Amino acid sequence: MSDIAQGGAVRTVASVPIWRDGVAAAAAWFVAAIVTVATPDVVPWGSTPLWAEILTGGAVLLLVLSGTVQWLGRVGRVVVHYGPWLVALGVWFAVWEVVTAKTGWLPKPFFSPPQGLLHVYLVDTTRLGLCVLFSLRLWAYGFGSGVIAGFLVGVALGWSKRFAYWGMPILKLIGPVPATAWIPCTFFILPTTFSASVFLVALASGIPVAILTASGVGSVNRAFYDVARTLGASERFLVWRVAVPASLPHVFVGLFMGLYYSFAVLVVAEMLGAKYGLGWYLQFQTGYSAYANVYATLVIMALLTSGLVKLLFVTRDRVLSWQKGII
Amino acid sequence: MSAALKLVDAPRRSVALEVRGVSHAFDLGGKHLPVLDNIDLSVAPGEFVALLGPSGCGKSTLLRLVAGLEQPDVGALLEDGAPITAPDPSRILVFQDPTLFPWRTVWKNVAVGLEARGLLPAHKQRVADALSLVRLEAFAQAYPHQLSGGMAQRAALARALVNDPHLLLLDEPLGKLDSLTRLAMQNELVSLWQKVGFTALLVTHDVEEALLLADRVIVLSDRPARIVTEFLIDKPRPRRRDDADLVHLRQTILATLGPVHD
Repeated sequence: MSDIAQGGAVRTVASVPIWRDGVAAAAAWFVAAIVTVATPDVVPWGSTPLWAEILTGGAVLLLVLSGTVQWLGRVGRVVVHYGPWLVALGVWFAVWEVVTAKTGWLPKPFFSPPQGLLHVYLVDTTRLGLCVLFSLRLWAYGFGSGVIAGFLVGVALGWSKRFAYWGMPILKLIGPVPATAWIPCTFFILPTTFSASVFLVALASGIPVAILTASGVGSVNRAFYDVARTLGASERFLVWRVAVPASLPHVFVGLFMGLYYSFAVLVVAEMLGAKYGLGWYLQFQTGYSAYANVYATLVIMALLTSGLVKLLFVTRDRVLSWQKGII
Repeated sequence: MSAALKLVDAPRRSVALEVRGVSHAFDLGGKHLPVLDNIDLSVAPGEFVALLGPSGCGKSTLLRLVAGLEQPDVGALLEDGAPITAPDPSRILVFQDPTLFPWRTVWKNVAVGLEARGLLPAHKQRVADALSLVRLEAFAQAYPHQLSGGMAQRAALARALVNDPHLLLLDEPLGKLDSLTRLAMQNELVSLWQKVGFTALLVTHDVEEALLLADRVIVLSDRPARIVTEFLIDKPRPRRRDDADLVHLRQTILATLGPVHD
């Protein structure tokens, strides 16, 4: 634009700013694609040509981005930030390809090249999709009920001396027991495998929430209560409008702990009794030495769990936005 | 809405406060610690009374009793002849710390008293009135951590005034402010009191502050607090801190408080 203004005629722009990491990443991805198609697999894996196509597609896209990324605004800045990662990813794909499919240094069936995972996603899509949904359902029921129960118990423990007298010793005794230790009893006490699994996940996520909510409610500045009481607050108002918001920073620490515990227990519970779910899928495929399926599932799990953690972070930052500048 | 909702022009039912033979003690780990010793005190409707005494003498305890947050061991406290048994929004305590709720915006902090009593939907205008009374309209949506110390204390005053208190209990409300802000807030407090017309009971250990603000200064002894003496300050406001009479009175009061107080 400025060229037009200055020279009065359109000149070819000699130096378009080039995103160098993008070019390097494109090169790395392209090399990975060549390695994938140009040399034969030691053992046939299936989906090898498709994987090479995907890598080539990625390389082309990165090459296009190298010249255009500066016009993409916020998305562009994010892409540029992860440039070195994109390079490393291309290198990693190439190395992975060589040490598994091309040389067999890491042998079948215990290891799988990327196209092995891709093949799993293509041929077992429905079953994996169902397993994801089953796991999410179990997690939602377990974590949801555990967090609600843990929060209410925590508020009661922190607020009521009588409740704390009876509840605290029980919580202190039972709290440290790993939720998985309850597996033998729960699976015959509760009517169905699913309800037992929900209970275990709820227990794992509920206990840290209860403990931290109780300590949060218990450590609220007493002056807040005095102020609210002189302003005409009822007991109900003191609990829900003073104690609870004041203790939310603690509650979120409990939520994060509960979230991590819930994943651990979820997978174990699914491995033991479930008919579907990612934990069950891992167990089932290990039985057939189908490690490509196992790795494919681990990738899905990593994305799901880190996504949920991210979601909790975003929620916390929204809810506790009043804390900015305090910490 | 109607004129009755206006904070400043409202027809005011001024209250008289009566403290009769109040003694009070704390139990600290089984140790009996007397803090108030036979306090007798009458405050007329609309009067501004300052309680002056050494740090830790029990002044704040007296305010907590008047607020109804605690009950005295001996004696009685009466508001217009009726015994004080529980906190009531007609008597509001403003603390040394603003103790604003950090998770609420300034607007919501000021609104909390109305909200707690279910009056907020019909009286939103009062919140705006209270905020403009302390000149914080522009900070209605700010969070407490974004305010300076003086602004936070003004917000705390607005949170008290929005409830139309008949008796404002001030527990060293300016004690933690820097000296310039403190001077400005002293003037502000007097003009609020003159505009709104509540009965005020101020606890302070700053002699000058008591002399600038109050109609009457009551001097308390060291713990357990007894009333030592009282001074009537019959001077028009605004008062000057270098007024010869006030300077002289300051010397007298400091002498009464003894060498413990500098």
